[in-house]
Amino acid sequence: MAGIPRLQGRRLLAGGVSLARARSAFLLRHLIRFVISLAVLLVASFAMIHLIPGDPVRASLGQAAPIELVEARRAALGLDQPILTQLATYVRNVLSGDFGTSFLSGEPVGDVIATRLPNTLTLALLATVVALLIAVPLGMWAGVRTENGRNRGTEATFTSATGTAIAVPEFLYAIVLVAAFAIGLGWFPPAGKGGPESYVLPILSLAIAPAAMIARISRVETLRELGSDYVRLARAKRLPAPRLYIRHVLPNTLTATLTIGGLLLTGLIAGSVLVEYVFAWPGLGLRIVESITQKDYPVAQGVILVYGAIVLVVNLLVDVLLGVLDPTSAVKET
Amino acid sequence: MRHLLRSPAGLAGTTLVTIMVILAIIGPPIWGAEAERINPSAILQGVSDAHPLGTDNLGRDILARVMVAGRLSLLLALLTTLIGAVIGTVLGALPSVLPRRGARVVTGTVNALVAFPGLLLAMFTAVVAGLGAKGAVLGIGVAIAPGFARLTQTLAASVAGADYVSAARMLGVPRMRVMTRHVLPNIAEPLILNLTQALGSALLALAGMSFLGLGVQPPSFDWGRLLFEGFSRIYDTPAVALGPAVAVALAGIGFNLLGDALARAAARTTTPAKAAPVPAARQEIEEPDPEAVLEVRDLTVTFPGGVTPVRGLSLTVAPGEIVGLVGESGSGKSLTSSAIGGLVPYPGKVTTGRLRLCGVDLAELPEQERRKLLGTSLAMVFQDPMASLNPALRVGGQLAEVATVHQGASREKAWERAVDRLDHVHIPEPERRARQHPHELSGGMRQRVVIAMGLMGTPRLIIADEPTTALDVTVQRQILRLLRQVTAETGAATLFISHDIAVVGELCDRVVVMYAGRVVEELPVDQLVTGAAHPYTRALVASLPDMDTDRSLPLASIPGRQPAPAEVGAGCAFAPRCALASDRCAELPPLIPYGKAHSVACWEAQ
Repeated sequence: MAGIPRLQGRRLLAGGVSLARARSAFLLRHLIRFVISLAVLLVASFAMIHLIPGDPVRASLGQAAPIELVEARRAALGLDQPILTQLATYVRNVLSGDFGTSFLSGEPVGDVIATRLPNTLTLALLATVVALLIAVPLGMWAGVRTENGRNRGTEATFTSATGTAIAVPEFLYAIVLVAAFAIGLGWFPPAGKGGPESYVLPILSLAIAPAAMIARISRVETLRELGSDYVRLARAKRLPAPRLYIRHVLPNTLTATLTIGGLLLTGLIAGSVLVEYVFAWPGLGLRIVESITQKDYPVAQGVILVYGAIVLVVNLLVDVLLGVLDPTSAVKET
Repeated sequence: MRHLLRSPAGLAGTTLVTIMVILAIIGPPIWGAEAERINPSAILQGVSDAHPLGTDNLGRDILARVMVAGRLSLLLALLTTLIGAVIGTVLGALPSVLPRRGARVVTGTVNALVAFPGLLLAMFTAVVAGLGAKGAVLGIGVAIAPGFARLTQTLAASVAGADYVSAARMLGVPRMRVMTRHVLPNIAEPLILNLTQALGSALLALAGMSFLGLGVQPPSFDWGRLLFEGFSRIYDTPAVALGPAVAVALAGIGFNLLGDALARAAARTTTPAKAAPVPAARQEIEEPDPEAVLEVRDLTVTFPGGVTPVRGLSLTVAPGEIVGLVGESGSGKSLTSSAIGGLVPYPGKVTTGRLRLCGVDLAELPEQERRKLLGTSLAMVFQDPMASLNPALRVGGQLAEVATVHQGASREKAWERAVDRLDHVHIPEPERRARQHPHELSGGMRQRVVIAMGLMGTPRLIIADEPTTALDVTVQRQILRLLRQVTAETGAATLFISHDIAVVGELCDRVVVMYAGRVVEELPVDQLVTGAAHPYTRALVASLPDMDTDRSLPLASIPGRQPAPAEVGAGCAFAPRCALASDRCAELPPLIPYGKAHSVACWEAQ
């Protein structure tokens, strides 16, 4: 056994076939993991309704609802079937895009998701882009300035400022930004989705904390790369500073920065629930809060399933992207 | 504890958390009655002197309610954290106790859950357990468990290899007992540290749930619930929402800063004691030698705290010459090469009486020209070829940029030259290799690439800092041969830095021996074996019986050790290890001519 990795290493050096094989094995492994997680998520979202103590239909319709209505709703939901039949039906329906119907509005949950999801995704993606655009240059600048422990003042300021920014959750940023810039100064609309100006405050509230987090990672990564031999050699070549930092250091800091950025995106999707609530943003988050308080279980079930699936997809993409960006990580991982 | 209070962040965190704890204790008894007092005549009031944050829909004072809500917010956060920590620690410890397959399942589950946002789990439990504090606490508690599990796993793995754990295993102690008796107590400290930060995130997550109306339900209230009630009125009276928002933010910041500072205080290493600076020996500086490729006079490198690894070093290298710079690790030879290349890292300080490269004084050269001269005329090769190429860039591009930056070559011309240079250092299929990334090349090939990079310009001096130490013996030979060939072809000089006097003896024309930051002897290589005058050089040569003994243990036969840069005294640094040392050695011996092309710094040289 011990000889095999070494042999593979040798063959990899020759490039070609085995590198491609290692890469497809890596992709396959991640795909399998993804499919398993998705299956677990599907069962969990199915189980959710059955875990509710008592009768979910009764809980949703209220104690005063006539028994015929409750029975009819139960039959419509298939709740009178054996549990495994129900699971099979649920999985079949979800796979064909049927997420059930809202208890309250009667509209198909699939339609709710289709109209609301794009609004949530736009917000989350734009916030990620903004966070990266602010954080990576800021982190690199701080890293270059505080290399080998110089400029201790900058380091202390940077650490406490980012530490504070990370500690404040997105909904507090949202509330403060609304109070200051929408209600106080009237520069931006306080709520709703409209023109480009209505995006500014929601995106900012979502982006500040992740930006602070990414800036910290980016600084640490920059410091690590600056201490490496290849930077010493690049300095020995007397490259101009912009070339040294952007061409040599930046690409090597991006691997870790993007990993964290990707993982933050999943957190951002969850954070968007609260921000959507503050800004009455017509996304999935606002809808799930309504559905939980109003006991509209099919909507809650469908939206949680979609959120979970997004998280899994993002994690998969981050892993695969890492494999492409940093070929050694794909090969090294066992 | 003192470290904690010394940093501003640690001080702020400690203060905030202390205030929060005091508030949780004294808040309800002091403001409890006022927070509950219903006043129909003061409903939904704005900011006033009587009610600094206004009143709610039952006329209750909101400031008083914020002061009282602290206790519930903190208690729920504490409960949530405890649930998360207990579940997480058990989950994290399980893989060490379970059989292998079970362990793998647990690890896989934890890894999948770590990346899953807590709020989603909390919403799941809110649906199942119904609205209220119970669902939120359970959900968020479960959500922070995977983080603890991951930390426990990592920490447990780090102590699993420790001797006391292996010993317990060998004695047949059951795995469960090993875990509870030996592993957990030893990783408790970082786990407890992590609690502080987890407490902060739990508090924020609970506030978020209550703010959405999914957490604490009336008549109970925490900060999140107050925020929920105040938010609907934010258009008329922002203070109603901002009051509880500030409370939540301060608590979050406090716990986060304190957690940060605690972690930092725990990781703190002791700062080295400061030694008094030792003045470097001053030497008379003669006229510059116009022929020399490199002329260094009185080079000193100091670091703060009086650490002086290089002391008044002087060195001349003639064109076409291969000079070996030998010494033990810590003798200052690598820093000397960094100083010549202008690469000494901050906070190191370099002072020179003179530093001339290719007949030009570097101190007198304008910045732009100095960069160009150093970038094209000086080539550097470092010890570890695995680390000295940029892993993210193609090999050819790293070579080509020397030509585009310093010689204004077009991209195509630069690329052509890069391929040509790769070919020159005997890299097969240079076009293909140029398009590859460093990880696709072997160690020896990468070192050739680094040498080729130095040949992109018109090198007059090649500084090779232990270029073969990280390579296989057979590859070492090839690299040495290549260096000799390159020196002969280009007429450049090579400064070859090594701790291995055997390699130096094979490759070099002249040898410069360093000890504790100073040159102790300079001599032609053919005199090395028979004519060395300094006791240290002789000991080095004697430590090398013949070519087939194990060379991985150099200098094994010299008793004692070289003083650290901070410990070097005023006299001869080798005296404590020297058999010939006399009283005179308390005074620093100057480097004086001893024979033809031979000088030595020793009072007892013979």
